[in-house]
Amino acid sequence: MLEDQHNVKAWFYLAPALALLGIFIFYPIVNALFLTFVQDYEYLLGTFDGFTLLGNFKNAMQDANFSQAFLNTLFITFVSVPISVIVALLISAWLNGIKKFQGMFQTIFFLPYVTNAIAVGMAFAFLFNRDFGLVNLFLGFFGVNPINWVNTGANWGHAMFSLVIYITWLGLAFKIMVFLSGLQGIDKQYYEAARVDSASRSRIFRRITVPLLSPMIMYITVTSFIGAFKAYTQVIGMFGQRLGPPGNDKSLITVVALVYEGIDNAATVGALSEAAATSIILFGVTLVFTLINFQVSKTRVHY
Amino acid sequence: MADNNKVEEKQVENSSVEQEGALAEVAELYYEDEKKIKRKKALRMAGLYAMISFFALFIIIPFYWMIITALKTTAQVETSPPLLWINPAEWKFSNFSLALERAPFIRYTLNTVTVAVVATTGTVFTTILSAFAFARLNFKGRDALFMLFVATMMIPGEIFVITNFITVANFGWLTEQTWLDALMAQTAPFMTSVFYIFFLRQAFKTVPDELYYAAKVDGKSDWQFLWRIMVPVGMPTIITITILNAMNTWNAYLWPNLISMKQEFKLVSNGLRDAFSTSAGRPIYNEQMAAAMIVTIPLIIVFLLLKKYIMRGVSRSGIKG
Repeated sequence: MLEDQHNVKAWFYLAPALALLGIFIFYPIVNALFLTFVQDYEYLLGTFDGFTLLGNFKNAMQDANFSQAFLNTLFITFVSVPISVIVALLISAWLNGIKKFQGMFQTIFFLPYVTNAIAVGMAFAFLFNRDFGLVNLFLGFFGVNPINWVNTGANWGHAMFSLVIYITWLGLAFKIMVFLSGLQGIDKQYYEAARVDSASRSRIFRRITVPLLSPMIMYITVTSFIGAFKAYTQVIGMFGQRLGPPGNDKSLITVVALVYEGIDNAATVGALSEAAATSIILFGVTLVFTLINFQVSKTRVHY
Repeated sequence: MADNNKVEEKQVENSSVEQEGALAEVAELYYEDEKKIKRKKALRMAGLYAMISFFALFIIIPFYWMIITALKTTAQVETSPPLLWINPAEWKFSNFSLALERAPFIRYTLNTVTVAVVATTGTVFTTILSAFAFARLNFKGRDALFMLFVATMMIPGEIFVITNFITVANFGWLTEQTWLDALMAQTAPFMTSVFYIFFLRQAFKTVPDELYYAAKVDGKSDWQFLWRIMVPVGMPTIITITILNAMNTWNAYLWPNLISMKQEFKLVSNGLRDAFSTSAGRPIYNEQMAAAMIVTIPLIIVFLLLKKYIMRGVSRSGIKG
């Protein structure tokens, strides 16, 4: 064990990180709470006009785009997370079952992780282009008339569909990597025992693979819920700062977009407080997700 | 889609077949010969490869569409139905030079590389020192402080961004922004990372205590021990941290967009998005995709070269859960 006490020395080693975390993480947490509860905050002067308990939350929720942003964010989260977790689980299980070309496929499935969300978002927008895109060409083989996914005047449903496909695509890589490394860590004895008991393949998957992988499934579910709830860059990637197809501006706005909008309008009195209130709401929702997940995991996860 | 279903059906069939297969292994006497089992196994493998290839195609197609579009002439781009393949002799490489003329991408790339180098150097340095303190030194409040650090990982970054913007403005890095101001604003908030401290601490913890005491007996100081023993041992993790951090900078969009007050201080993602959003009239898809390629390809090359470190780092980061 480490008998020696190194009090002074330890703080010396920690000093650089502590100073930076103090300024850019710990203080901002406290200050976000402060901003949330002051009235008419002006950031250039640092002045404010008294305190308010719910005023900024009210302002945030009365923002013209708040309900749209919240709805979009919930939609993105509850559609893209389950799909991508299940697909990633299947792909990683399949990958674990092959030997030849495993490395090559692993590399391919990892590619979305190392791509620039803006650049690939632009590529996706063009994939979904009504006249010149691959998606409509493909659908055309089945006799489907060209659909206006992302071009001028595209409706919410179509634009959202293409966005969710993109977000799912972008999120698969990390999940597959984590699941695959989890699968490779499972002791082969379990499978041999199951085979001796002549358990079917799907039964083995449900009764052995999934339970043994459950800590990772849990981790991935929590982080992807939080990640999906913070969707914003992906929307900019596909649709630009307009946050929606031309003629349907801001139809795909998200909660995080509202926070950044507030910062962009920092000079407006109270705008930062509104942004802070929105970010606290965001935190509250992600916290609830996390707690629910932990609650579920108590009965389902086998460590 | 129809093909897909067929394959899936095959999968289901195979699983029941496989059950029989497993039984056969146990009680060979009752069942058919080995040959049949082998054939079924081969069939199952074919199904497996078919499914994997199907999804791999789903991953590859956006890249393919980006590349092939970047090589088309405007007339070829605007053909409906779209052309799936262009004869290499007709590839229009001038799209790349046209894209580069649209926005100072070289400049943006230099900015991004500078920011990545400074932020990553800072992060690695502060991370090594803190991880060492948490992994090796014994001090009052260590566990409480570590818990506090880890707890911040639960908090969404948007909460910090608001105040960090105010802080950076108060430091005078936004008004009449100079190149140095911009660099400071881009890097200062990202000079350390709780997650990387956590990550490196795990690696440092694998260094046996005996080594530490041996070094002490040899009269080595903690500082020497850190740089001569711990850092070399933790090098794979440090390399992983370096790469992941540099990649994050390359992909950063929101913060740089917020705090670069002049066009020439922007990073690649911002430059890319801006260059093709503001132009009125018809978007020029081939140039747009050429620019997207210019931003995407360096990252993919880095990935292919350093695959080992990146993939290991990412899959390990999941195991901590």
